[in-house]
Amino acid sequence: MSFWEYANPVKFIRTTDKVLPWVWALTGISLVTGLVWGFFFTPDDFRQGSTVKIIYIHVPSALMAINAWLMMLVASLIWIVRRHHVSALAARAAAPVGAVMTLIALATGAFWGQPMWGTWWAWDPRLTSFLILFLFYLGYMALWEAIENDDTAADLTSILCLVGSVFAILSRYAVNFWNQGLHQGATLSLDKEENISDVFWFPLLVCIAGFVLLFIALVFLRTQTEIRARRTRALLAREGQA
Amino acid sequence: MKALLVRDLMLAIRAGGGFGLGLSFFLIVTVLVPFGVGPQTELLSRIAPGILWIGALLACLLSLDRILALDWEDGSLDLLATAPLPMEGIVSIKALAHWITTGLPLVLAAPVLGVLLSLPIPAYQWVVISLAVGTPALSVIGTFGAALTVGIKRGGLLMSLLVLPLYVPTLIFGAEVARRGAEGLTVQAPLLLLAGISFGVIALLPFASAAVLRINLR
Amino acid sequence: MKLSVRDLAVTRGGLAILEGVSFDLAPGEALVLRGPNGIGKTTLLRSVAGLQPPETGSVTGAEDQIAYAAHSDGLKAMLSVTENLRFWASVFGLSEIDAALVAFDLTSLRNRMAGTLSAGQKRRLGLARLVVTGRPIWVLDEPTVSLDVASVALFAEAVRGHLKSGGSALMATHIDLGLTEARVLDLTPFRAKPRTRQMDEAFL
Repeated sequence: MSFWEYANPVKFIRTTDKVLPWVWALTGISLVTGLVWGFFFTPDDFRQGSTVKIIYIHVPSALMAINAWLMMLVASLIWIVRRHHVSALAARAAAPVGAVMTLIALATGAFWGQPMWGTWWAWDPRLTSFLILFLFYLGYMALWEAIENDDTAADLTSILCLVGSVFAILSRYAVNFWNQGLHQGATLSLDKEENISDVFWFPLLVCIAGFVLLFIALVFLRTQTEIRARRTRALLAREGQA
Repeated sequence: MKALLVRDLMLAIRAGGGFGLGLSFFLIVTVLVPFGVGPQTELLSRIAPGILWIGALLACLLSLDRILALDWEDGSLDLLATAPLPMEGIVSIKALAHWITTGLPLVLAAPVLGVLLSLPIPAYQWVVISLAVGTPALSVIGTFGAALTVGIKRGGLLMSLLVLPLYVPTLIFGAEVARRGAEGLTVQAPLLLLAGISFGVIALLPFASAAVLRINLR
Repeated sequence: MKLSVRDLAVTRGGLAILEGVSFDLAPGEALVLRGPNGIGKTTLLRSVAGLQPPETGSVTGAEDQIAYAAHSDGLKAMLSVTENLRFWASVFGLSEIDAALVAFDLTSLRNRMAGTLSAGQKRRLGLARLVVTGRPIWVLDEPTVSLDVASVALFAEAVRGHLKSGGSALMATHIDLGLTEARVLDLTPFRAKPRTRQMDEAFL
């Protein structure tokens, strides 16, 4: 029993069908627990007041925005090396989820930043990096949509994902360098994990788990949809040929 | 290889547009900016390095779809692919031809347009140097974008969407060199990073462009 | 150098269209592919030329031996006839173009811009490109499109000369070139049966 057996579309759908209800249930439980715990049973921050509680959405979505891209990168590599169709479709399925996570991170960041920094948007390195990441997601999805032949699209988007990853890392360094040059030191750092106290930390962990599970559930579901759509096209093509 | 370069340059000269298109766009951007932000000399001279870099980048972007699309339409790419030239060589030559017809004129025109934007005197050399080092990277990255979208009808907008985020590091380091130069600061760090990006993409990206082009040709 | 195609299967748009195609092409031979529109002649020729990887099967003896001519001629409107030919000759490491100009009756047009030629003249220039490559195996996709009777005869003569000098030609065409020595391969029996070798078979 090898892991690669799940690369068979039929096997993938059968397995995920069995797993999905459990993933959904766990997602619901951890998200509700984490968010209720975080919103109603943690004290307000002495400086930031209740605004700080947006952290329970902001940090997990930001984490998933990056992890979704990493997952797409791994899936693209698997497609290039082993040519498993499910892998390419999983990468395609993850892209919109990752893009939405990026948007959520940006939007919650803006809601958080407005009362804290007095502005919706600042060209802080992290914010800027996420904006660039969002552009990468948009380009990746647009390329998938633009190409008719499924395998050609899978090949091209995989290479774009690889090249894009290198440039995303480059951009991250460039953006840090650039803003340092402007501001001398990060005054708007979002890095709270260093000084966060346990009271906030545990519900945050539960929320992160919830977002990870949500991502897995959505990617499973969307990959199933992609597989079925692909299968429909294959069947139609066979009809047309016969 | 040399024949391909000569042919591309000859076409750029004869068909017009090649040299002129990027340059005139560069000119338009630089002329329009003062109308947009106001004529104050101190404001203009502060933003001039950045404007020149953005103008050069957009002028470059504008001409990218000519790199491969024309050869795709008339079948030359198919024939080149069966010729004894490595695909990596073909895309590198295409990028070089694009740089000579677009990037190089922009480098040469930048000091002239700098006058219009009251570019500070110490900035002139750094604007020229940063553009000279950075525009080859723009051409090579652009060729990758062109190769990705070559088979797509009306792929121009998609190509811009794909290429823009890839241009960010080059733009940041390039404009940083020019800006620091204008303020009389040391430019060594961003200049080295810019050169690193240029050398890196020139050495590695043609392999990705060639792979993508092969996929698109089949 | 003999070209051998063994058990070749090709796909178009993810669908298998031809399978089990095998043939040999020795120096001095010509092979004409026949078959109704859409059978996959173009796809087969692109596979032989190495532009498209075959689904299964093998093509041997083609590496760096093939001059490919497709529907579009790869001509630049803003270059003259000689410049177009010189370019392709030097891409293939040669420089001699006079023989090609003579063979396709282009000598009087040599300084005209390719963009000002008629469709038939352009086609002749596109075919003259084959001669300047110096490659032994010509792979031709509908070479006679937009040629008049006289030009078709010129083309047949050029092919004959190419065969005599030890070259070979593989072409897809519907019209009779008067090449009596050419063998004919009808592709209809090789039409892929539905169900077999689907690229998307994993999804069925």
